[in-house]
Amino acid sequence: MTKHTYSYYPGCSGQGTSMEYERSTRAVCEAVGINLDEIPDWSCCGSTPAHTVDHTLSAALSGRNLGLAAKQGHDCVLTPCPSCLTNLKTAGKHMAESETFKEKVNRLLDEPLETIPDTKSVLQVLFEDLGPDALAKKVARPLKGLKVVTYYGCILTRPPGLMDFDSEENPISMDKLMQAAGAEVLQFPLKTECCGASHGVARRDLVMRLSGKLLDMADSLGADAVVTACPLCQMNLDLRQGQVNSANNASYRLPIFYYTQLLGWALGLPDASLGLDKLCVDPRPALQSISANKEVA
Amino acid sequence: MYQELQRAPHTPSGLFTRAQNIPFAASRQQTPNRLPYAGMPSGDVMQVVNLTNSPDKTFMDRVMEESGQTISLCYQCGNCTASCPYTFGFDIPVSQVMRLLQTGQKETVLSSSSIWLCASCTSCTTRCPNNIDVAKVMDVLRHEARREGFVKERRVKAFFDSFLDSVRSHGRVFEMGLMVDYIRKTGRFWTDMELGPKMLPKGKLAFKPHNIQGRDAIARIFERFEKEGS
Repeated sequence: MTKHTYSYYPGCSGQGTSMEYERSTRAVCEAVGINLDEIPDWSCCGSTPAHTVDHTLSAALSGRNLGLAAKQGHDCVLTPCPSCLTNLKTAGKHMAESETFKEKVNRLLDEPLETIPDTKSVLQVLFEDLGPDALAKKVARPLKGLKVVTYYGCILTRPPGLMDFDSEENPISMDKLMQAAGAEVLQFPLKTECCGASHGVARRDLVMRLSGKLLDMADSLGADAVVTACPLCQMNLDLRQGQVNSANNASYRLPIFYYTQLLGWALGLPDASLGLDKLCVDPRPALQSISANKEVA
Repeated sequence: MYQELQRAPHTPSGLFTRAQNIPFAASRQQTPNRLPYAGMPSGDVMQVVNLTNSPDKTFMDRVMEESGQTISLCYQCGNCTASCPYTFGFDIPVSQVMRLLQTGQKETVLSSSSIWLCASCTSCTTRCPNNIDVAKVMDVLRHEARREGFVKERRVKAFFDSFLDSVRSHGRVFEMGLMVDYIRKTGRFWTDMELGPKMLPKGKLAFKPHNIQGRDAIARIFERFEKEGS
């Protein structure tokens, strides 16, 4: 593929709780020739809380970033985070469709937004621009024997009219990338079920049940690991796995990877660039089983 | 969820009552009134809504205008409720929220937990056969609830508010500051205390906010929003 430069919106959690997603996303993109040009002085998209308060406020918080991205001169913004993706896309779409709405948003901004750049997930670009076949050729350390389930979460491909990528009911992009990297992808019926989202702090009881269901299914299918693309899903399943175990009288020990970490590992990138030590549930046994399989083969 | 409604009906007008307490329904005791619906606990009895109780006829129109969704198209297929991951925790299933909207039951809808617990997963929106963006309607109901002062899920609102206060102050979310502010707002000092020791050694918790250069610009967005409304 030809080298393409995109505006890059990392999102707030990438600076803290999902720093390993941010790190591995950059490492993988660099390794496969996708240039990420970080939006200078980007600000928070407002995430879920903003759109629960007001849609104009939410679009303005996203709009500032779209405006800064437009100045960079690239045709498209990439973000690894599905929540940021939803907000940036919703703001852009709604403003493009309604002049009245655009005016309302612009009244809240220092600099009115003229051109509205397109937004895509990093996953979409890795799947569509690079693709599984090209990826497979770059694999240096196949994930041979590693059984994974791919968990997309609620909003990476939904609603379809907004996201315009993969399938809203049975997405396959991560499955194909994982297979290309050599992993065995198990059929996971809860690919797009909700992990409980942002209620972990305020209503943990509800999240325990929803995330518990996901871990239970992954575990009963015999998965060695869960692969995610969302910082919030990953946090609920990984950081809160101990809480889920206590709440549900369970004893799961499932590593929860970001798909970029496993792709990076398969590409032979150094561990430090993938932030594997940042995961709460120790991923080393799962990764060692790959190495063991390789020696047998 | 329905048991809770029966213990303490949350509507002063008593919109939800056990079917057999209503004379009309009582006269039909012979016919089984345990029609099943998604999320219905076994052994529970169907709820009856008295539509003549203080409806606000302009309410649906307001929600339709703000959301841009034709709520009158909803014909109660129940796909949204069957798809909703939070139906088990809702006090009113989402399809019933839609029906209550059609009949102008403003107070019942705005004083529900459901509108705050909706996680915006958009399963409902994705599967609605009439292309109603149900998740957007739930969002607009939260806007209305804030305006009218209904907050059934105080902790959820406190978390959202702390989050936005953090964005307003720093331009980006400062996770540690957000948690401290949430605990200050709710008094729940033990919230997620056990997660600190898991995150600290990994260097995932920043102790200082990352203030962006344009944080004044972000504060101005909030100020203009408060002045202008939307």
